[in-house]
Amino acid sequence: MSPSTTEELLELPPKASEFKRFVRVFFGRKVVIFGTVVILLFLLTAAFAPLIAPYDPYAQNLGKALESPSREHMLGTDPLGRDELSRIIYGTRISLAVGIISVGIAAIIGMALGLFAGYFGKITNTVIMRFIDAMMAIPPIMLALAIAAALGGGLWNVIISLGVALIPTQARLMRGQVLSVKQADYVTAGEVIGASDLRIMTLHIVPNCLPPLIVLITLNLGVAILSEASLSFLGVGIKPPAAAWGAMVNDGYRYLLSNPVLSFAPGFCVMLIVIAFNLVGDGLRDALDPRLRGTL
Amino acid sequence: MAAFILRRLIQTIVVLLIVSIIGFLIIHLIPGDPALTMLGENATQEQINALRTQLGLDQPVVVQYLRWLINVLHGNLGKSLMYGESVTSLVASRLPVTFHLGIIALILGTLISVPAGIIAAVRRGGVLDQLITVSANLGMAIPLFWLGILGIYLFSLKLGWLPVQGYTSPFDNFSLNLKQIIMPVICLAVVPLASLTRQTRSSMLEVIRQDYIRTARSKGLKERVIIFKHALRNAVIPVVTLLGIQVRNLVGGSVLVETVFNISGIGRLMVKSVFDKDFLVVQGCVLMIAFVVALANLLVDLSYGWLDPRIRQEE
Repeated sequence: MSPSTTEELLELPPKASEFKRFVRVFFGRKVVIFGTVVILLFLLTAAFAPLIAPYDPYAQNLGKALESPSREHMLGTDPLGRDELSRIIYGTRISLAVGIISVGIAAIIGMALGLFAGYFGKITNTVIMRFIDAMMAIPPIMLALAIAAALGGGLWNVIISLGVALIPTQARLMRGQVLSVKQADYVTAGEVIGASDLRIMTLHIVPNCLPPLIVLITLNLGVAILSEASLSFLGVGIKPPAAAWGAMVNDGYRYLLSNPVLSFAPGFCVMLIVIAFNLVGDGLRDALDPRLRGTL
Repeated sequence: MAAFILRRLIQTIVVLLIVSIIGFLIIHLIPGDPALTMLGENATQEQINALRTQLGLDQPVVVQYLRWLINVLHGNLGKSLMYGESVTSLVASRLPVTFHLGIIALILGTLISVPAGIIAAVRRGGVLDQLITVSANLGMAIPLFWLGILGIYLFSLKLGWLPVQGYTSPFDNFSLNLKQIIMPVICLAVVPLASLTRQTRSSMLEVIRQDYIRTARSKGLKERVIIFKHALRNAVIPVVTLLGIQVRNLVGGSVLVETVFNISGIGRLMVKSVFDKDFLVVQGCVLMIAFVVALANLLVDLSYGWLDPRIRQEE
């Protein structure tokens, strides 16, 4: 039964109203809804790629190479006669997989480093943070390029190199959060009753640090997808015949005058998905903690 | 202020030392025998042995690092396998090109983004604000290599206004250079443009809410005076702190933009060396870039220490 009197309203558990407030703010802006819908569409495309794609993305047909968009091939065919639309649909899988796994790696390692630096302070903090500072001095795309090149390219090496390149931002934010949460009374109380460091960190500190980190993870998904596309555009990323959007832009570059859509379409997809993650990240930030505006 | 400068200087040196470890480790990430990977299958045993000795691979890792570091401190980054030149002179010859494009892009980006951010904040919720915010969001998400290709398609291939690719020194042919760098500079400028606009806007919105702005308003000051004299000075500090990161992002962007427009800067050199497996050059590029970025960060920190007395008095 829904609460009707003032007394009943006052007795509502605060968590419920907090969640309602989150939903109201998050879905209150049209652009955030747009971003959410776009992400959902891309996720569905990735999940059901074999059902959606009109052709086999790897099936070559040199007799039909470089065809212009037609009813048969909506986005035309590439230099090997493969259906461009089908390749873009399959490319969704690579983009999302690389983005999600590499950001996952960066989040776990970065948060652990930030947690240790912030919680233990002193020499632990100095060692970890100077290392993070050093990583911040190298442009992420260059760091990822160097690591991926040394490891030898390929899907997993790209994921690892992007994961490493994204660690610094996660670690920095986590450390800042830990420093402020550590001052809270409930942490002091935990120390007083003799709770172990591990217990305080996992039960009291980490959960209270999460909101801004969730925002950063969402924004980093966009960064990771953009970087993966950049690496595969440069030719270091995912190896052919896999359909990676960045590599497709590069393949089409040579036929820019005759078949511009070969370069335009995959690049547009990269932009669309990155915008979607940025918009949702902004929406999450406003809904979870508006004070973060300008810092994230 | 002297103590503040000294502290930041020491921090920068420490950061650079750690960067050197990261740079050193790049070669050691190569699976198997780095010398064999770099020289390829056709190399003779003597060539491989010679490179192993040059890289010091026969020594313990710590000894290798210290010997390599001493060399680096003497400006010796080794010899490029592809070009036969010293890595230092190779990188030094490419840096000016990247700087030329990067500095113009940074100035252009800053000059447009700060006023755009102010306008968006002052006219919050209005048509101009929405237009500026949407453009900034697009700028954050657009793949630079793709933007470059769109530009080449429209302005070079379709309209024929600008050359497709290439870079000529401004000292050799100024007008050709100008035509060649228009598109690369605009592509590069998108990076600082988008993020500085967002930062200026949110930082202005933050400041406008403060008590001293309300006081200034209630005194009956003109809106122009309030915005430029009272608000902007405080709002600009977080924007300045971002400038250091912008230098880093510009160099990152140069990897892509120089590839699309076929410009022989440090970004193109690095990409080419990756394909040639010329890892000493890759290592040299990373080190040199990190050095420049660390220096830029130091300058930025010193300048906002000067802009905001609270920062230099910390601790």
